[in-house]
Amino acid sequence: MSALLEIEELAVSFGNTAAVRGASLSVERGETHCLVGESGCGKSVTALSVMNLLAPGARRSAKRLAFEGQDLLGLSDSAMAHLRGNATAMIFQEPMTSLNPAYTVGSQMTEVLRRHRRTSQRAATDRAADLLARVGITAPGLRLGQFPHQLSGGLRQRVMIAMALMCEPKLLIADEPTTALDVTVQAQILRLLARLQRDLGLAMLLITHDLGIVARVAHRVSVMYAGEVVESAPTAELFAQPRHPYTQGLLRCVPVPGRIKRDEPLGSIRGTVPRIGPGFEGCAFRERCDWADETCRHAIPRHRASRDHGFLCRLPA
Amino acid sequence: MLQFFVRRLIVALLVAATVMTLAFVLTRLSGDLAISIAGPNATQADVEAVRKAYGLDRPLIVQFFDWVRRAVTGDLGESYFFKTPVSSLIAERMPVTLTLGLTGLVIALVVSLPLGILAAVRENTTFDRAVQVVALLGQAMPSFWLGLLLMITFGLQLGWLPISGTGSWEHYVMPGIVLAFSAIPALTRLTRAGMIQAMGSDYIRTARAKGLSRASILLKHALRNAAIPVVAIAAVQLGFMLGGSIVIEQVFALHGVGFLAWESIGKNDFPVVQAVVLVLAVIYVALTMLADLMNAVLDPRLRSS
Amino acid sequence: MSVTTARARTRRGWRSASTWFGAVIVAIAAVCAIFAPLLMPHDPFAQDLGKRLLVPFWMEGSNPAHLLGTDQLGRDYLSRLIYGCRISMLIGVTVSVVSGLIGITLGVLGGFLGGRADDAVLFAITTRLSIPVVLVALAVVGLLGSSMTLLVATLGLLLWDRFAVVARSTTMQVRNLDFVAAAWCAGCSRFRILAFEVLPNIASHLVVVATLEIALAILLEAALSFLGLGVPPPLPSWGLMIAEAKDYMFFSPWVIVIPGVALFVLVLGINLLGDGLRDTFGARSDS
Repeated sequence: MSALLEIEELAVSFGNTAAVRGASLSVERGETHCLVGESGCGKSVTALSVMNLLAPGARRSAKRLAFEGQDLLGLSDSAMAHLRGNATAMIFQEPMTSLNPAYTVGSQMTEVLRRHRRTSQRAATDRAADLLARVGITAPGLRLGQFPHQLSGGLRQRVMIAMALMCEPKLLIADEPTTALDVTVQAQILRLLARLQRDLGLAMLLITHDLGIVARVAHRVSVMYAGEVVESAPTAELFAQPRHPYTQGLLRCVPVPGRIKRDEPLGSIRGTVPRIGPGFEGCAFRERCDWADETCRHAIPRHRASRDHGFLCRLPA
Repeated sequence: MLQFFVRRLIVALLVAATVMTLAFVLTRLSGDLAISIAGPNATQADVEAVRKAYGLDRPLIVQFFDWVRRAVTGDLGESYFFKTPVSSLIAERMPVTLTLGLTGLVIALVVSLPLGILAAVRENTTFDRAVQVVALLGQAMPSFWLGLLLMITFGLQLGWLPISGTGSWEHYVMPGIVLAFSAIPALTRLTRAGMIQAMGSDYIRTARAKGLSRASILLKHALRNAAIPVVAIAAVQLGFMLGGSIVIEQVFALHGVGFLAWESIGKNDFPVVQAVVLVLAVIYVALTMLADLMNAVLDPRLRSS
Repeated sequence: MSVTTARARTRRGWRSASTWFGAVIVAIAAVCAIFAPLLMPHDPFAQDLGKRLLVPFWMEGSNPAHLLGTDQLGRDYLSRLIYGCRISMLIGVTVSVVSGLIGITLGVLGGFLGGRADDAVLFAITTRLSIPVVLVALAVVGLLGSSMTLLVATLGLLLWDRFAVVARSTTMQVRNLDFVAAAWCAGCSRFRILAFEVLPNIASHLVVVATLEIALAILLEAALSFLGLGVPPPLPSWGLMIAEAKDYMFFSPWVIVIPGVALFVLVLGINLLGDGLRDTFGARSDS
């Protein structure tokens, strides 16, 4: 059975800049797949290109981009619009500005359902209230009639999640949903997402830069660097046996209470993320890697450490 | 919210009071009014008689407070020329000016809103540039000249529209278009800028992510936010149009308030001039308050304290 | 990340072309204004009733001595046009200077001092905006008689609002910037801060406003002169030329077309130049 979402060799560029150069990952039904990487590595762009929500000047291409087996690349914008908010839903990083200030929470939620299904306003409102309760918002009836500016950041993000669930999507793409929130609220939202996923059998593609979140909620992880997915594995395996030098570097950078000794320097990866121009060949990490050599300038083969664990490095290590 | 409006009202009243003072000073600028009223052939005795008759022998302060006291109750004095109350003169002519102003505003909105929206959707294309050119041309166009040109072309050479008077709705078409020309550049630019900003906002990205139709995103979500400043400015533009209609009314011989003021200046009919300045200012102030009110109604963020 | 697309680049290019066009127009107008006596082929006031309403050079039966024809009193149109340019430019610039002085002073004081002073300035601006400008200008000239000085003074006292608004908002922005705070901490007097920190930084915005105000003053003067209460005749203001030609416009339409086109082109040129300056200085908040 094919995966719910399949991305193979996705490439996205804006003018002369290649934001994504070769991203491949797949999301199975009912699993949380985290796409992790630092700022500018192309993870948000990858998420946006699945839903085709990129800015007008973007060019998107892939060997395969399919949802439920259906090709997404050739889909017209109106056909894509029928999928959005419906079978696939997306929530974003900035809850403070992601809701229209001129309309009530209720009207913004019911319009999704009424757009994709034949429902009465009454039924849509009931479902909206139901979902608000599900995401942990008290007095949902009151909230439906309120405007976004009357809600806090955490509440707004819960509303966004509820709104995304209106049409019972199979896939939820969450682009750094907790980054803009307070730490305590972060934990609440993550717990909520995990619970919803279990209860609804939802598949989730969660974009984040925080390895802590990955450890907590992800079934599988894909690590992205400079526009490429460099390693992909089940979470436990990635943390236990990271194969790509970048992943290894990342894990070294995370201080673990209890394991790190006093006066021990914090881990870091030397160098900075390179600017990738057109016609770049080979491994993007080679300048910062302790094991790089001449062959790293040429195309890197994809290795498999096990059936589910792939990585882009010449080292079998 | 209520507190905000009470404060605005107080400011509005103060502005009206200041304008009242300025209007009074304005008409007293030329010195002795009695001489102007009595005419060039008057004798000293005639001038004295006029002075007593019109109460111009009293101290200026007394005259001023008399004017204020009466104006507040709606008595704007009596026209020297027509010998009728000024307020009834203005009331008679106001419908023409209001019709003209509203016609101009409606035409301006009907043109600016679609153009602004389309220009924003096709940002940086030839169409967008063309719209900006049109806005520029409108800004540079002298209104009285445009009026004359329209008169020659549509009134005389083509004979489609009447060139003067106020008989029917056709009489307001050309003057309305000329008046609209003064507001179209600003309204178009504002609509375009507002739409561009709205379309780039996060809530529009959410709307797209929800799979809403293009029309819904553009007109229901974006326009609703972009229109807020446009509506407010439209009210203010109406105020400008009413205040600036004097030129158009003269060109097209429309007997509105502006035309009345124009005639009264020529005849040194000071009470009328004074009163018209005050009335137009009060209307403008009322319109700006209306604009604030509409802002509050349209933008939910302004409603709760 | 702001990516300059090809579309955005061509748009900026177009902007420069139109800005240069505007600059050329303004330059021509300035030359006409300054060198009017040298450029005029005839005396703009000389009447010759034998040569009334001659047609311009593009029509049949024109007289080569009068390239743009003559008006209803036999005066050479081209000369009157050039002299009218001088009048328009003169009025535009002087009104802009007067209103600029008033408006900038008010705006800077209000924006810099804040509090009660700012409230007073805002009140003055609000009051000024509610006054019907054309009407009041007409009334003043109508009551006191028309003269250039009176006209410039009246318009200068009426058109300072945009200067004040822009000066005030830009001063408020600059006042909050760090380098002003640094100067304050270093012990600079308020006057020094105003003169050396605030004014240089708001100057570019004010230049943009000044060009747009020149255009506005020219249009207003034309309207007033058209109504007979502007520049005193026989001075050939373009507005007055259009008014005088109104009676003949049905048979000889060029008599109102020519000065109108001149007026339109000049104002357009000034606006284009102002827009171009605004883009150059990166000041998007002045509309």
